[in-house]
Amino acid sequence: MSDLAIRVQELGKQYRSGGRAPAATLREALYDALRAPWRRQPERHRDFWALQDVSFEVRRSEVLGVIGPNGAGKSTLLRILSRITEPTRGRVEMRGRVGSLLEVGTGFHPELSGRENVYLNGAILGMRRREIAARFDEIVAFAELEQFIDMPVKRYSTGMYLRLAFAVAAHLEPEILLVDEVLAVGDARFQRRCLGKMDEVARAGRAVLLVSHNMAAIANLCHQALVLEQGRVVYQGDAQTAVLRYLQTGSQDENAHALNLRHRTGNGPVRFTSFTCVDDAGNPLPCLISGQTCRFRIGYAADHAFAQSPTGIPLSEVSLSEISLSEVSLVITLPDGTNLVNLSTHFFPDAFAGALPAQGQLECCVPRFPLRFGRYFVDLYCAVNQELSDYVRAAASFEVHDGDFYGTGRLTRAESGAVLLPHTWRVASAMPE
Amino acid sequence: MTGSPISYPDNPPPPTLLIEPSSRRVSLQLDRLWAYRELLYFLVWRDVKVRYKQTALGILWILLQPVASMIIFTLLFGYLLAVPSGDAPYPLFAFAALLPWNYFAGSLHRAGASLVGNTNLITRVYFPRLIIPISSVLSGLADLVIAFVLLLGLMLYFGVMPTAAVWWLPAFVLLALITALGFGLWLAALNVRYRDVNHILPFLVQLWMYATPVVYGSSLIPERFRLLLALNPMTGVVEGFRWALLGRVLADARPPTALFLVSVTISLLVLLAGLIYFRHTERTFADVI
Repeated sequence: MSDLAIRVQELGKQYRSGGRAPAATLREALYDALRAPWRRQPERHRDFWALQDVSFEVRRSEVLGVIGPNGAGKSTLLRILSRITEPTRGRVEMRGRVGSLLEVGTGFHPELSGRENVYLNGAILGMRRREIAARFDEIVAFAELEQFIDMPVKRYSTGMYLRLAFAVAAHLEPEILLVDEVLAVGDARFQRRCLGKMDEVARAGRAVLLVSHNMAAIANLCHQALVLEQGRVVYQGDAQTAVLRYLQTGSQDENAHALNLRHRTGNGPVRFTSFTCVDDAGNPLPCLISGQTCRFRIGYAADHAFAQSPTGIPLSEVSLSEISLSEVSLVITLPDGTNLVNLSTHFFPDAFAGALPAQGQLECCVPRFPLRFGRYFVDLYCAVNQELSDYVRAAASFEVHDGDFYGTGRLTRAESGAVLLPHTWRVASAMPE
Repeated sequence: MTGSPISYPDNPPPPTLLIEPSSRRVSLQLDRLWAYRELLYFLVWRDVKVRYKQTALGILWILLQPVASMIIFTLLFGYLLAVPSGDAPYPLFAFAALLPWNYFAGSLHRAGASLVGNTNLITRVYFPRLIIPISSVLSGLADLVIAFVLLLGLMLYFGVMPTAAVWWLPAFVLLALITALGFGLWLAALNVRYRDVNHILPFLVQLWMYATPVVYGSSLIPERFRLLLALNPMTGVVEGFRWALLGRVLADARPPTALFLVSVTISLLVLLAGLIYFRHTERTFADVI
């Protein structure tokens, strides 16, 4: 077909992993060679396919989304398409100039001025000097940096830096644009402009391949999407369907159960052992979705090693067969530690009124989960007999994806704010004439 | 975006690009270098600009190193050890050799560290990786030119006029460049895999300098060992510089033709081997770095 922009056929990329690592220094390499000159390569290695049998096509004017859990091969795919790394198998055909936005601002140098960086960055992205010169004013205007263009970029704020970097990339005008996660940076206004630009690029008859964790962006921008899992394409088709499919299945092997115990205080008799997010049926979820019911399961166990009676005499096992908790809290925080929500039994004094088994799981249920896309951390706290028993900060984390919070068939997005509140709108009264 | 898309009549869309696993046989793909010449230009320009911007002393700083070396060598080798320098004043004798040597040592150093220093480019954008070590070898030329002006000043001061052979200088600079690039390609590619290459480098450069007739003249070496000395391509460069600039006042004013030819051959062989090794390992840079 003549309007074909990208054709990928049975693409595969193999990495070596496991076994003995090859020598990291020349000294080690020489030592290995002297010790065992007949053995050229460490033999014990496992071949690992980061990408396997991936085939798809992108037409002009089409935006193809690529989604999948971390490590599914999305970045590897982009790296192959942008020729940073070579495939092990298969082939790719690309018709037209390829521009890649793997990270905005690649090659920016802090000592150089904004003007100088525009030229440098443009050249790195594959623009000719004449092209950059012809579009220079437009780029600066897009970035809204007319007054600061001759200032070294080390004095720029992060926002200014990103605006300039994106402005250069946005004026690249390739026939094929590869985008990775640029939407994850910058403020809401900047993200909106990125989205707008992407839409415009597709409308101008170019092909866009967008890799993102932002499900709303995929659903809104892309016509088609692929879901990658462990290097293979598990779904290919309509973007909305792909997003739903990804959110429902996800990868089951995420090790969400183990707690990170680096920030632990308290040495009471009850210790936290695990944290999981589960669905209504009790199956572990890879991530939460805004607006859906979520159940946090917190595992605990009475720990003999730490169990001390108030008199300092170790408690016998018999007396630990049942415990009584006076308070349990689950605090959801931002990655920087800012507390967002404290889900505490303080307000539900009867929650664990009776005696509890020596080990088990507690469940906290949040109907219509009200936070937006992002990664959140969890602090766990419990008290026994009004005394701190265990307190683990940043014990676990979970990911939330945008969902249909309002039940109106629209996914939440960056403009929806950080917290979602159930609400309604109506006309309260007519404006007096 | 505001304006309408501009069309570039002389930049037609490139033909279909094919990405496939590369075959065992590696071609040098020097044509791709030409296609990316503007990037090369910008990288050289960036290196030079940043180097002169970052230091408060600017140009003075660039001159400080060779001048300091010259003074130390003059005291040590010129006066104390009385190394023969023909009729040429020893400071001039040393400086004429330090000029290409410093260029070579600096370029080798920069080229060796260049790939690792540009990790963010290598893991994010495609371009022929050869551009990076080439740009580090080229950007050193700016320092060379500045130091050269100082050398001319010194020659005036000592009243030594260059010979007509001065027009050969660019050829010797080119030889130094090729040598630095040839070895630099090896070091850069090895450095991606083995980070201790960077620690070996200063030591290597130090030894290399004493193996090169910088502080002494090759006339000090017995005749039968001279061609052995020429196996080090920098011998040809350094002796060439002296011959072209100070020919009149050297003890032995014959052109170092044999020396030069051996040096050229060796350095071209090293460059070719470096190119092949570099191209061979290039495809794994982004995975290993």
